[in-house]
Amino acid sequence: MELCSFLTLNSFITDPLTHDFMRKALLMSSLVAAVCGFLSSYLTLKGWALMGDAVSHSVMPGVVVAYALGLPFSLGAFIFGVGSVALIGFIKQKSRVKEDTVIGLVFTGFFALGIVLVSKIKSNIDLHSILFGSPLGISLSDVKQTIFISLLVVILLSIFRKDLMLYCFDPRHAKTVGINVLFLHYLLLTCLSLAAVVGLQSVGIILVVAMLITPGATAYLLTDKFDNMTIISVLSAIISSLIGIYISFWFDLETGGSIVLAQTFIFLFAFLFAPRYGIFKLKKFFVGYK
Amino acid sequence: MESINYQNFRIDAENICVDYNGKVALYDANLRLKPGQICGLVGMNGAGKTTFFNALTGFVNISKGKIRINGECVRSAQKDQTIAYVPQSEGIDSQFPINVWDVVMMGRYGSMNIFRCPRESDVQAVKDAIERVDLTDHLSTPIGNLSGGQRKRTFLARAIAQRASILLLDEPFSGVDIRTEKLISELFIQFKNEGKTILLSTHDMIHVREFCDLVLLINKTVVAYGETSEVFTPENITTTFGGISPDFLFGPES
Repeated sequence: MELCSFLTLNSFITDPLTHDFMRKALLMSSLVAAVCGFLSSYLTLKGWALMGDAVSHSVMPGVVVAYALGLPFSLGAFIFGVGSVALIGFIKQKSRVKEDTVIGLVFTGFFALGIVLVSKIKSNIDLHSILFGSPLGISLSDVKQTIFISLLVVILLSIFRKDLMLYCFDPRHAKTVGINVLFLHYLLLTCLSLAAVVGLQSVGIILVVAMLITPGATAYLLTDKFDNMTIISVLSAIISSLIGIYISFWFDLETGGSIVLAQTFIFLFAFLFAPRYGIFKLKKFFVGYK
Repeated sequence: MESINYQNFRIDAENICVDYNGKVALYDANLRLKPGQICGLVGMNGAGKTTFFNALTGFVNISKGKIRINGECVRSAQKDQTIAYVPQSEGIDSQFPINVWDVVMMGRYGSMNIFRCPRESDVQAVKDAIERVDLTDHLSTPIGNLSGGQRKRTFLARAIAQRASILLLDEPFSGVDIRTEKLISELFIQFKNEGKTILLSTHDMIHVREFCDLVLLINKTVVAYGETSEVFTPENITTTFGGISPDFLFGPES
């Protein structure tokens, strides 16, 4: 029966929408994708991919502690996200260990702490849903929190989008003309921690870094304008979320993994066929060799 | 004793020291520049040239000493858009997705509102600046598609659009074509006539003789400072470059 309904595209798209949990999952994941996609263009250009990895893993103990204390997820995640970056900076400054090594050891340390805490604090935290996401089982309070955080991040990024672009491009000039670079640094970090928290819900803590890196990297291959890059990044993130959720619904696959795989395929497509920067340069194919 | 009127100096750096985590990059450095003066900053790699620039722009904090820009602190100079910094080519990610117009517009950011919405006057300033560096045909060219010289001119246009009275230029002549070199030298003369103060770092001794009224030779601290004709001597250059003779460095003509 499933195969029959699969045969028409219409029912492929509409059938899942009859389920309440699917409607919620599609909406929430698109929202999260949009937020992460927006931030992604900045992280890609700033060269903060590894930092995104670090922060998204480091929020884990924060989430667990906040859960245990009955505080909002985001607060704990924020403290540990920013704390990990501060710690990375501190260790790097005070020792001869290279930065990528420091990042690697700090975030794995935090992540391990999170896992240990989950096993120790007897609560209704589902380790599996933190690690791999559970967009199909989002509760109402999670929905509210996700919407609130997402709006907050989008508003912050929209207000400071030009300043953040300048900060990524030429922080020295930003400082010279009196723009508060330290503020922008922490703003970007804050948004990163918050995006990691909302992203955690749809794809889980292990894969959330993909949401923060892949859309930006895809967009970077497709355009030479920053504004377009942001738009493409957001769109590709949303589209991958939708594709991922549908695929996981019809083929009974892990949702978080499906979303990230969809993103990876879109990146590979751009990598191969992007008009200017792809390996095969699709433009030549359309325009013809001159 | 006559008291010095600090307002007369565009740049007045007094005994400044900069250290990065305990490593001294610059110590007891002094510099005084007046409006309309062009000063060359000469020294080896790692001698503290970029650090000097960073201290003047406020990008790094000085651990000792005092910097006054037009008699004020660095912070107010930033707010007043007094200093423009033209980066070294290597200091910029040339693959950043941004075009010439948007880079030059960044020169106006400091005087715009928080959303950085360009006003009519900002648009005009950017247009004029791009015209002065002869890049009007490249307004929407991504900086990745420009030549080294064109890119250098883009950042010079940003400094012009900023309408700063002090220009700091890190290696303005490195990696540029003859046309750009000529255009930059012409602009320097115009800037001088407009009363702007210019501090430029360079490896090229010929440029120092050509444009610079003053020269500051540094090697972690000031080796020599003064009128180019008096200070820019083979002995001083040799000291600056750690004992290597200028003949060896720049050929016998220098």
